[in-house]
Amino acid sequence: MTMSSVSVASSSRPGLFWFSSPQAFFPLAGKMTPWFFALAAVLAAFGLYIGFFVAPTDATQGEAYRIIFIHVPAAWMSMFLYLVMAFWAAIGLIMNTRMSSMMASAIAPTGALMTVLALVTGSLWGRPTWGTYWVWDARLTSELVLLFLYLGFLALQAAIDDPRRADKAGAVLALVGVINIPIIYFSVQWWNTLHQGSSVSLTRSPSMAATMLLGMLLLALAFWMYSIGTALHRVRSIVLEREKRAEWTRELMAQGRLK
Amino acid sequence: MNWASAADFWAMGGYGFYVWGSYAAVVAVITIEIWLLKARRSSAVAEVKQETMRSAESAIKLR
Repeated sequence: MTMSSVSVASSSRPGLFWFSSPQAFFPLAGKMTPWFFALAAVLAAFGLYIGFFVAPTDATQGEAYRIIFIHVPAAWMSMFLYLVMAFWAAIGLIMNTRMSSMMASAIAPTGALMTVLALVTGSLWGRPTWGTYWVWDARLTSELVLLFLYLGFLALQAAIDDPRRADKAGAVLALVGVINIPIIYFSVQWWNTLHQGSSVSLTRSPSMAATMLLGMLLLALAFWMYSIGTALHRVRSIVLEREKRAEWTRELMAQGRLK
Repeated sequence: MNWASAADFWAMGGYGFYVWGSYAAVVAVITIEIWLLKARRSSAVAEVKQETMRSAESAIKLR
């Protein structure tokens, strides 16, 4: 038995920590990735159809409101992905599981891009409805801070050569930055902002037409599935980068199963 | 049905630039991200390939 397979096959049955091994998670992630991308495409197709052909024109905003179908999902994902990234970073820090830290690193670029989308679509929505592309109010500013947190995390990890040290440093930054998430979420309540309050809440019924809500939720699910797909795809590349000297990656290469 | 014609659809009630600009941004970001994912994968595979060849070479030298 080779050295690299001992660490994985130490227990005879796959237990709770089975997939915390990069060697075990690598093929699983590879099998799951296309399914998440396919789900994202189907959900997006339904969501866009409802958003453009079923949901009615808004009484006050006219057709400009149709930006909501991508703005809100992107903004939700930008915050949610940060929490998931910080969660995996924390698990990696506490349990010393390499796969968790790699997952955190794999989520960061998608989170940053979702934040960019939330900012760009919001700005394109702000111009016709508020009369300005940008205003330094609490919601917009804290979302911009979120982008800098993602970029800071990526830059910090890129600057440290030793992957395990990069994981630890990134985890500390990610965990400190978590404080920004409730600030973004509650900013519209805590401060007097130009940004409207939330249209969807867990405690009261939504303040929008049912078809508008359905289109938005379908696209939110599509963005969610897309994000899982990208994170799984990227984490496999990270595994290869870090395990390039391991026996099992070289075996996959020799068998022609790495393309 | 919300739209009387295709032109009506593209006009988006006069908000075409903002609505389609937003959707174009999404398409652009997804295109860029998928390109980045593919680029990272191929460079990662190339690194494994390099290591595989290096270890094969050293095995030959040892023999």
